Amino acid sequence: MDDIGQLQKRLEDAGYVAEPDLAATLLLFTQLRRPLLLEGEAGVGKTEIAKALARAFDTRLIRLQCYEGLDASAAVYEWNYQRQLLAIKIQESEAHSAEEKEEHIFSEPFLLRRPLLEAITQPDPPVLLVDEIDRADEEFEAYLLEVLSDFQISIPELGTVEASSVPYVVLTSNATRELSDALLRRCLYYYVDYPSVEKELRIVSARLPEVGQRLAGQVVAFVHALRELDLRKKPGIAETLDWVAALLRVKVSDLTERPEWVAQSLVCLLKTREDRAAVTDEVVERLVARLP
Amino acid sequence: MSDAQPRPRDRGAEAAGNPLAGRILDFVDGLRRDGFRAGVAEELDALEVAARVGIVDRRRLRWALRSLLCSDVDEWRRFDRLFDAYWQPANRRARVQAVPGVPLQGAAGQGPAGGTRPLEQEGAGEGDDSGAGSGGVQGGASERELLEKTDFRLLLDEAQMRACERLAEHLARRMRRHLLRRERIARLGRRVHMRRTIHRSLQHGGVPLELAWRRRRERLPRLVLLLDVSRSMSLYSMFFLRFARGIVAAFDDAHAFAFHTRLVPVSEALRDRDPERMRDKLAVLSLGWSGGTRIGESLARFNSGHGRLLGSRTVVVLVSDGYDTGAPELLGRELAKIHDRARRLIWLNPLLGREGYEPVAQGMQAALAHIDLFATAHNLESLAALEPELVR
Repeated sequence: MDDIGQLQKRLEDAGYVAEPDLAATLLLFTQLRRPLLLEGEAGVGKTEIAKALARAFDTRLIRLQCYEGLDASAAVYEWNYQRQLLAIKIQESEAHSAEEKEEHIFSEPFLLRRPLLEAITQPDPPVLLVDEIDRADEEFEAYLLEVLSDFQISIPELGTVEASSVPYVVLTSNATRELSDALLRRCLYYYVDYPSVEKELRIVSARLPEVGQRLAGQVVAFVHALRELDLRKKPGIAETLDWVAALLRVKVSDLTERPEWVAQSLVCLLKTREDRAAVTDEVVERLVARLP
Repeated sequence: MSDAQPRPRDRGAEAAGNPLAGRILDFVDGLRRDGFRAGVAEELDALEVAARVGIVDRRRLRWALRSLLCSDVDEWRRFDRLFDAYWQPANRRARVQAVPGVPLQGAAGQGPAGGTRPLEQEGAGEGDDSGAGSGGVQGGASERELLEKTDFRLLLDEAQMRACERLAEHLARRMRRHLLRRERIARLGRRVHMRRTIHRSLQHGGVPLELAWRRRRERLPRLVLLLDVSRSMSLYSMFFLRFARGIVAAFDDAHAFAFHTRLVPVSEALRDRDPERMRDKLAVLSLGWSGGTRIGESLARFNSGHGRLLGSRTVVVLVSDGYDTGAPELLGRELAKIHDRARRLIWLNPLLGREGYEPVAQGMQAALAHIDLFATAHNLESLAALEPELVR
């Protein structure tokens, strides 16, 4: 059990509170060197896990944000067309052969490294965060899988780039669509849930040490009660922290003292119109009345 | 039958004569029967992981195998129970049998339900085990085939229904994958917008420094599903709702409505990730509905309230048996409106799959003139046949 405890400690020093089962998964992840897929609702801190890993291992974090239509030129590499054209212009008067000119403009200085290429050409293994993989399309997913199994990228003009180090690959997904079987089978899986009350309390006090015990307890209890409601977009950890920061700024130290502040500052927690409408003043009152 | 000595299975040298390996493989096998994606590669991985973390500390074994073998929330949530059922020495039989979500094979009535498999295997005699592994897999495939052909209303037991619902949902997702692939083949990469590129190059002395790209055309259809959930449809409603759930989850631009005397948008409820909670939400939505079906009125409601969804990209799929208690003229008029504005109007009628059914219901008669496709939808196979129609 000790190595798990050690990893937990390391992550905590890096500013992340990890449950033992998460630490066990992360340990396995570093040992097996397989990609890790973190799935969970938006705002449960999936990205934060990758960042904390990078800090804990004292290595670089390279992030690839996925979106629909993401293609190889944005994810792997691209030639710097503008620079190439300028170089051609400049060389026009020089007496180089066409081959020499071509070789010149298809050389390293004209290559724009995008995250995937960047990640496999590092001297030390970085953490490669492929964020929101479910937003990219299936085509890209297949390409990513290829890179993740071969750890080499071929650039027609330059040849094949072999990985100088194998990155720790963390993928996150909000499960908006089903990922391909091949990818799922390749990855370790961890489902990130909303934090428990204790965990969220520790996060709040770690990030905003100036918050009092009482307010922290009330805020976390309130947010947890909100998550129980049937909302379209449940408040995540970032929302909790925003709210605490906002409350601190207006010097609230006890939610029950000023229930009207709660209602007014709910914009920090509820981000859609439907949710704002669903959480009426009466609901807020009821929730506040139940606070410790 | 002692728990300490399960029979090692015939899978690689690791397993031979190693009771731990045998149990791990047996456990993975049980998961597979419960619908987990676990093949030979996963078995080898599980062995490696088990060798690494050992089985003395059950918590570590659980966490490690869970990360390795699960690949979605559903499996993640079921894993702990399955793990306990297999690895906890006390009360094993009772626990195993309490495991819900019986896999497809269980419904076949041949042999034990999947969840109980590991135990049964240990208890079984020496003789019949050798071929059990591969036999089970085949059983699964044919069972799935059988489910695809079975009329929804003939599915009686709960497990079969759930399995079928899950298939309906997967089907919807697969459709999207196919449609996307088709679209991708049609569109060969990014294209340069020549006119704009040349225009922009003017400020650089004619050198095309800034390339302008053509915007990619959006080809996936917008789907509007209108589901009849009246009593005469009750045997089918849940399947179509699950199918709609798959559609709504897989297509960004899909909208689902349920109706019998009123029309209610259900996309939001369908997006709920937990199928049980979705059932509850839908039940609340349909509370207080009286009997009868007013298809015409419901469609009028759709046209006036949600007509903006209709357009040249929109495919409307109406699922109903056509038993309408309202005026047939109204139904015809409203259908014509939809037909005029949408790209395609498809009417799925589950009754069409029955022997000897003729669309004689008055509502159906009024409708036939205005629909592009009148098709059956009484089993999964007929739902799957819908796919090419969506991109017409």
